[in-house]
Amino acid sequence: MTTLVIAEHNNQTLHDATAKVVTAATKLGGDVHVLVAGQGVDAVAAAAAKLAGVSKVLVADDAQYAHRTAEPLAALVVSLAGSYDAIVAAATTVGKNFAPRAAALLDVQQISEIIEVDAPDTFKRPIYAGNAIQTVKSTDAKKVITVRTTTFPAAAQTGSASIEKIGAAANPGLSEWVSENLTKSDRPELTSAKIIISGGRGMQSGDNFHMLDKIADKLGAAVGASRAAVDAGFVPNDYQVGQTGKVVAPDLYIAVGISGAIQHLAGMKDSKVIVAINKDEEAPIFQVADYGLVADLFQAVPALEQELGKIGL
Amino acid sequence: MKVLVPVKRVVDYNVKIRVKSDQTGVDLANVKMSMNPFDEIAIEEAVRLKEAGKATEVIAVSIGVAQSTETIRTALAMGADRGILVKSDETVEPLAVAKILKAIVEAEKPDLVILGKQAIDDDSNQTGQMLAALLGWPQGTFASKVEFEGDKLLLTREIDGGLQTLKLNMPAVVTTDLRLNEPRYASLPNIMKAKKKPIDEKTPADYGVDVKARLQVLKVTEPPQRQAGIKVESVEQLVAKLKEAGVIG
Ligand SMILES: Cc1cc2nc3c(=O)[nH]c(=O)nc-3n(C[C@H](O)[C@H](O)[C@H](O)COP(=O)(O)OP(=O)(O)OC[C@H]3O[C@@H](n4cnc5c(N)ncnc54)[C@H](O)[C@@H]3O)c2cc1C
Ligand SMILES: Cc1cc2nc3c(=O)[nH]c(=O)nc-3n(C[C@H](O)[C@H](O)[C@H](O)COP(=O)(O)OP(=O)(O)OC[C@H]3O[C@@H](n4cnc5c(N)ncnc54)[C@H](O)[C@@H]3O)c2cc1C
Repeated sequence: MTTLVIAEHNNQTLHDATAKVVTAATKLGGDVHVLVAGQGVDAVAAAAAKLAGVSKVLVADDAQYAHRTAEPLAALVVSLAGSYDAIVAAATTVGKNFAPRAAALLDVQQISEIIEVDAPDTFKRPIYAGNAIQTVKSTDAKKVITVRTTTFPAAAQTGSASIEKIGAAANPGLSEWVSENLTKSDRPELTSAKIIISGGRGMQSGDNFHMLDKIADKLGAAVGASRAAVDAGFVPNDYQVGQTGKVVAPDLYIAVGISGAIQHLAGMKDSKVIVAINKDEEAPIFQVADYGLVADLFQAVPALEQELGKIGL
Repeated sequence: MKVLVPVKRVVDYNVKIRVKSDQTGVDLANVKMSMNPFDEIAIEEAVRLKEAGKATEVIAVSIGVAQSTETIRTALAMGADRGILVKSDETVEPLAVAKILKAIVEAEKPDLVILGKQAIDDDSNQTGQMLAALLGWPQGTFASKVEFEGDKLLLTREIDGGLQTLKLNMPAVVTTDLRLNEPRYASLPNIMKAKKKPIDEKTPADYGVDVKARLQVLKVTEPPQRQAGIKVESVEQLVAKLKEAGVIG
């Protein structure tokens, strides 16, 4: 059994999602190789080679992989697939984009967003916004899998895999990358943050999110949002936590002015400690909160900032 | 330009589902079913293209049980021109759905297929990408904006870090994200009109597609439930509790 993990990166740094996917891949048993496809990715390949459990890193350094668009990346993965029993990627927007394309080209029914490996062919995955857990057994000879990274610990950095350069596959030439507008922030990323403070429709405006920024700065937290806050234009789309946004599981999740719809809970209910601040004591968010504060957020959030200051934060 | 829109019948997003006690699945008896919300967005986008004079015909396709006709009727009431029901009482996995859609594309020759990015029941997020692969077409997934530039599609996508813009050759497959548009409600006259629009009925066998499941569902279980916590009286008490729990300070 040999598994190919597709690395998640931005050409400069390896995303910590990959270390978690490697942990899932080692549970399949057998050898684990990592594919780094990108442009100018030497540092990424070196970082991948350090992950415990990885025996080989393949590097495809070519302009067509610079943005990891689906068509060329899927073509590359398919060209390598003959040597592998399983192909595994993170359930990020990159993984969700190319993996089903590769799976279809290989005539394989992909298994999406696994949260547990029961056996090399049997996996658990959430369905219905996480309100049910399905155990599925794949009958395909080859497996194509995406992994929900919040449920696997990161592989240690104690490895020393060999690094091998490989050529690019033929470019399908169907699409062209034009531009990217990425949210710039000095704060941790939502999917790797230990603490997250999220705002909902109750925040009333994008300006009011600065109240949450101040708390985030004190706690070293990331800032997230509900769909309603994103739809209203308070914050960009990449802030959205939920069934159809990002799934997070930090040590501490603070929900401010969020009602707790099924779709929002799907993205955060595996957090270790949940705090809810909401003026409506009937809000469903309180049913999952470890600590609920029934209060007007416009008083509670500034008070929280002060209180944190008192304990030296 | 012809536009094909696959629409799936799913449990309404407001329903809190229950896992069956024998662990064979989810209890769907007497549960409200609706069109997958992302597919409403897909139909809306297609109908707007028609209203803008860019699309000539919008075809809604659903694969599933006989009641999926209701989902197609909803699409017709929103403005689609005709429907195709591919009737199956079996589970049809995304790969098989994509194979059926490929056969329909070959018969109908649309220039654009718009799907939802994910169905809110199985949450697979696969079908559009698989269809694009099987057709050898480009894919514009998680779209928040779709424009035309000459004979190409200029498409903005919601990605983990923000937004990405791609230029795609046509024909193409697009999958919708939440911010693409706000779907309309069908008006009563349009609901009446929709009853007269044609719906073709087919089976997977008509398209020569084997829908045998590749994934065996061994069991479906409840997720671990969270213990209900406590209400704190003040911000001061909240901070004290969080310190005690060791998550801050
Ligand atoms: C297909 C689909 C996918 C979806 N995906 C997602 C998803 O991924 N993520 C997601 O979050 N949602 C998602 N949703 C939307 C979801 O159903 C809810 O509509 C949304 O989560 C509500 O956001 P909210 O809690 O911010 O707003 P609301 O439900 O309007 O709640 C606002 C809350 O703020 C409180 N409040 C107001 N003012 C104050 C104040 N001054 N002080 C304290 N509290 C106050 C109110 O009491 C209320 O509880 C999806 C919906 C659909 C149909
Ligand atoms: C009779 C029946 C029984 C089923 N039983 C089970 C079961 O026991 N367990 C289980 O997990 N699943 C079951 N399914 C669901 C089936 O497995 C899914 O339709 C299939 O897996 C697609 O996955 P998805 O909806 O997550 O696709 P996604 O890839 O998330 O869907 C993305 C988009 O593809 C399009 N699409 C997907 N499916 C269809 C469709 N059928 N018709 C039209 N457009 C579509 C839509 O535009 C949708 O927005 C059953 C389905 C049927 C019809």
